[in-house]
Amino acid sequence: MKKLIVLLGIIFVFTLSSCQKKELIIVTTTSLENSGLLAYIIPHFEEEYGVFVKIVALGTGAALEMGEMGEADILLVHAYASEVEFINNGYGEKRHNIMYNDFIFVGPTTLSTSTLEETLETISENHDFYSRGDNSGTHKMELSLWNQFDYDVTSFGDWYKETGQGMGSTLTMTSLSQYYTLTDRATYLSMLENLDLVIAYENSVELKNQYGVIKVNPELHNREELYADQFYDWILREDTQALIATYIKYDTQLFYPNS
Amino acid sequence: MILESTLKAIELLISLDQEIYTIIFLSLTISILATITASFFGTIIGILISISDFKLKRFTKKIVFTFMGIPPVVLGLVVLLLITGPFDGMNLLFTKSAMYIAQTLLVLPIIIGNIIISSEKTQKKVLETATTLGASKYDKLILLIKEIKPFIFMSVILGFSRALSEVGAVMLVGGNIKNDTRVMTTYIALNNSMGEYSVSIAMGIILLLIAFMLHTLLARFRGDFYD
Repeated sequence: MKKLIVLLGIIFVFTLSSCQKKELIIVTTTSLENSGLLAYIIPHFEEEYGVFVKIVALGTGAALEMGEMGEADILLVHAYASEVEFINNGYGEKRHNIMYNDFIFVGPTTLSTSTLEETLETISENHDFYSRGDNSGTHKMELSLWNQFDYDVTSFGDWYKETGQGMGSTLTMTSLSQYYTLTDRATYLSMLENLDLVIAYENSVELKNQYGVIKVNPELHNREELYADQFYDWILREDTQALIATYIKYDTQLFYPNS
Repeated sequence: MILESTLKAIELLISLDQEIYTIIFLSLTISILATITASFFGTIIGILISISDFKLKRFTKKIVFTFMGIPPVVLGLVVLLLITGPFDGMNLLFTKSAMYIAQTLLVLPIIIGNIIISSEKTQKKVLETATTLGASKYDKLILLIKEIKPFIFMSVILGFSRALSEVGAVMLVGGNIKNDTRVMTTYIALNNSMGEYSVSIAMGIILLLIAFMLHTLLARFRGDFYD
């Protein structure tokens, strides 16, 4: 019994001391994590700078919240208006565009509609819809679309449900319930084999999905800020941008760099 | 689906995929350490509560029993608020230490509660004799620990099961970071969200197998408990 305790003690010390000090905390959206892009590009950064990157996937709203609390070094998010507000409030030191793709409506069948207005009308009249409902970038985008055509989300009936979960969970639920939802193209494509959904409406101009990088104001925390600077410069660098463009799934390029 | 997943589980185990083993190892380490810590303090606190007479004893017991059923995600939130509030400077959020703290606090009331119940049942006969023989509080504590050993054992198992199976608290304070704070339950949750149900079921099967193996191991120490 004593030996067992000693052994566990050793494991305990080992586990806690194995927390590497050279680390960078990136809080990001579920869509970036679920799409697999970060797992594709981050190892290159870790190798080049010898920094361990901790990726925490939350919605954009929650990610910005973590930034405000000083619990993140870098934010990778996609809600331009909220990002600008974040910077203006002094929580972020700097922000830059990284890349974009687009949002798409997905569902059991294509809607064969030609405009966004018509799509929203068809969904609101004939179909069931899952909203993310979690204050994420995708949720904010969806709300702004309804808003754009003077729909009042709070007045919607039973056909409009909020899942309150990440993009992956919401897509899975949409597939199981055969509802419609708004998703970023990257997450949809990376989960395609587990989904029984098709693209219902797409328009890459109207539904552009811009991702940005934010360096959190280092005054909000007491961690080393060097790695955040390194990452900020690294992700905007030409070769990294080229790397992002080579992330391909189902013969489709998922992200278009535009730093 | 289930057959397919079982095959996948075996495949995962024999593929020697380092990520899977890291996840399993971390799950076990954190849950075991949390259970040991909670058991040590929980046993002492539990017995002390049961043998002491103080004003708010009934109230304290009510509080303990209430916390036995606290949802892990709520406890996780409390830990999150603590480590981002008063203990902000320690940078504990999204670390293994935070997960250890959360699980320890989660298991603690279960141990205390069970110990109080079993200790109060046993103490009447034992303590009367001990008191007439002039035992101090410390002597009584040691004596009771010896007397209720099987119950301590049971509480530890209950506590460990709770620690190993909870997902809400470690997800919140650990962040499910790949190669760092990802444990079996958060890995299952992640795969569920991605619709990768077969990996989830495979991990679930592994989790159950581990629990079974652990009980087999424990049965060697306390065979009587399993007869």
